[in-house]
Amino acid sequence: MMATESSTYYVPEQSKLPVVTGIGLGVMAWGAATWAKGGSSMVFLVGVLILGTALFSWFSTVIRENRAGLTNDQLKRSYVWAMTWFIFSEAMFFAVLFGSLFYVRVLALPWLSEGPTQELLWNGFEASWPLFVTPDMAVAGEAARVKGPDAIIDPWHLPLINTLILMASSVTLHVAHTALKKNSRKPFLIWLGITVVLGITFLFFQVEEYIEAYRELGLTLGSGIYGTTFFMLTGFHGAHVTLGTFMLLVQWLRGLKGHFSHDDAFGFEASSWYWHFVDVVWVGLFIFVYVLGS
Amino acid sequence: MAHGPAKGIGRWLFTTNHKDIGTMYLWFSFSMFFLGGFFAMVIRAELFAPGMQLVDPNFFNQMTTMHGLVMVFGAIMPAFVGLANWMIPLQIGAPDMALPRMNNLSFWILPCAFIVLASTLFMEGGAPNFGWTFYAPLSTTYAPASVNYFIFALHIMGASSIMGSINIIATILNMRAPGMTLMKMPMFAWTWLITAFLLVAVMPVLAGAVTMILMDINFGTSFFDAAGGGDPVLFQHVFWFFGHPEVYIIILPAFGVISAIIPTFSRKPLFGYSSMVYATAAIAFLSFIVWAHHMFTVGMPIAGELYFMYATMLIAVPTGVKVFNWVTTMFRGSISLETPMLFAIAFVILFTIGGFTGVMLALAPADIQYHDTYFVVAHFHYVMVAGAVFSGTGAVYYWLPKWCGRMYNEALGKVQFWLAFIGFNIAFFPQHFLGLAGMPRRYADYSLQFADWNMVSSVGAFMYGAAQVLLLYNVLSTVIAGKKVTEPKTWEGAEGLEWTVPTPAPYHTFTTPPEVK
Repeated sequence: MMATESSTYYVPEQSKLPVVTGIGLGVMAWGAATWAKGGSSMVFLVGVLILGTALFSWFSTVIRENRAGLTNDQLKRSYVWAMTWFIFSEAMFFAVLFGSLFYVRVLALPWLSEGPTQELLWNGFEASWPLFVTPDMAVAGEAARVKGPDAIIDPWHLPLINTLILMASSVTLHVAHTALKKNSRKPFLIWLGITVVLGITFLFFQVEEYIEAYRELGLTLGSGIYGTTFFMLTGFHGAHVTLGTFMLLVQWLRGLKGHFSHDDAFGFEASSWYWHFVDVVWVGLFIFVYVLGS
Repeated sequence: MAHGPAKGIGRWLFTTNHKDIGTMYLWFSFSMFFLGGFFAMVIRAELFAPGMQLVDPNFFNQMTTMHGLVMVFGAIMPAFVGLANWMIPLQIGAPDMALPRMNNLSFWILPCAFIVLASTLFMEGGAPNFGWTFYAPLSTTYAPASVNYFIFALHIMGASSIMGSINIIATILNMRAPGMTLMKMPMFAWTWLITAFLLVAVMPVLAGAVTMILMDINFGTSFFDAAGGGDPVLFQHVFWFFGHPEVYIIILPAFGVISAIIPTFSRKPLFGYSSMVYATAAIAFLSFIVWAHHMFTVGMPIAGELYFMYATMLIAVPTGVKVFNWVTTMFRGSISLETPMLFAIAFVILFTIGGFTGVMLALAPADIQYHDTYFVVAHFHYVMVAGAVFSGTGAVYYWLPKWCGRMYNEALGKVQFWLAFIGFNIAFFPQHFLGLAGMPRRYADYSLQFADWNMVSSVGAFMYGAAQVLLLYNVLSTVIAGKKVTEPKTWEGAEGLEWTVPTPAPYHTFTTPPEVK
């Protein structure tokens, strides 16, 4: 039931969604702060609930408006700009984490192991990567507060498999997109479904890897700068894969309901850009964290 | 489509209208300006005389921290976002912002974030006391228990800024009226387009910085802990990679405002429009590659010091282009000195002083003397207050008649200007002397030789504070009972689409886009 496109730009009526979403975020922020310092997680969960409900309702509204033909081409261009710049902001966030990794490896660690800094503060510390012996261990030995990991993840097992999985998922997603452009619904759904399954498989292996790191390798968030950068980079990437998988799953369900057509599929396209972005970040991770980090 | 303003409080809570949202941003910013100003008054009252009189040192540190945070994130940034909301759709002939509901979300996050931030004042251990730059390990190992609330408040403020900026970019790139090419846009829209780009680029960097702090405090990571192989200096690099573009985020829209006011009251078009655009872009580009000039005393290699020194000095070139263009716009103009113009001229003079002290600070060897002294405080208040706040005040006087269809009291406006101008200079000019003489910033007490200028500075600060009360009175009395004006063009020399719509601007404007020749 696609109505004809509106010629004027759609300026929505008054809406309760934004203010509720804002309050949800505020409650969540407050709750997260309390929870992180060891308090109850209740407020945080209430915030998540408010936020989740508001966002669900918000996205439903936008989809409904689109189905009712209220969105013209110009509005869709606004969506495209918005998603593009959102992904750019995400790229900047990862850039900070990558930049920190490079700074530590190339500058900070060598500086800690030379000259008066080494003599006076961290006597006997030698820079190396992966950093098994932290400056603290070099000085205090077994009594050190911050200890390095015993071993690290071998890039050529699970990480390699995960690399292949994610790269394959980018291809399957592209095939799905091509099918959608030809309006072939069935292959679209199949290939998109395969992509979602690949995403979930990736996450499964990632969890496996974390369990191995924590249980067998002594590689944790607290094991010096190696553990810090390893888990923060892979962890935030994993969180983004989770979100991306969820986004694609929603698009799959929408596809099942027959929402998309070859020239009207912004929800799917935005999710797919996001997915490709997350894949590119992984390639960076695989090279700089796993391969060059071992 | 022609839904008008709803009745009651719901109009504001649930609005999707760029003018309503702009108004809310402006009032929010104004109230935060008074909150941050109150903190400043506490600081200046304590520093009125040497010794400890009013507050204890820990509370003094909370005041300096909260003053900075509230003014930067609560007062100045939202003020310009408010102006952007009101004026950009009017200036480019758009029916509203590109994504009106997200626009309202961007706003409503702010009060929530500042409730979380301000609540830390009442928590055990007090509010953040590590300075608005929250250097590790002050903000990690030695932070008060409330630091987590500060972190998450900053997180959602960042989300608000990113959404607001995305909205502005989408509006400017996608919603311009037919014929309104990029190089025909008013400078205010241009400066905001570039500012929004800066925000989208660096707000995630701030998010990264606070995330790392959060992890170091609560989850045992070693980003800023040398014992685990991290480095506290890394924090400064990350922070200033955000922080330097951030100061241009604050000043670029101010440039835009000045570029609107000066031509109007000089009755001449802006001199060198395209060079203004390129200069703004150049400043934005340079802002990404100069950050470590905030860190000359941290122990960088000499090559780093030299690079950051020279790169920083380059900024003086595009900034100089702007200043000369404003002056040349006034040259042989038919100038009249209404209140907005007074603020604009004061901006050009005082901002230039702030710019010059910036060049002084950029000299790495000299900075070793100035670093973390009141000279720095004087420098950035010349750009933040006499720059951003003066331009924001000028903007309010300039566009207030268009917003509410009433004229402010010109005599009162001029009194307010002179009080603010004189008060500001008495407050901050002596701080240059204090800094050169070696008085460190962020201390609750000082040695006796600094007493005289501190007293002078405090007197000036109180004067400046009083001027803001006068501004509030002038705005309120205008909105409630000012003389009605209906001319579309409030100022005879004003140009641009915003002056073609009726006064006061109707709830919906440009529902069908105008044709721009």
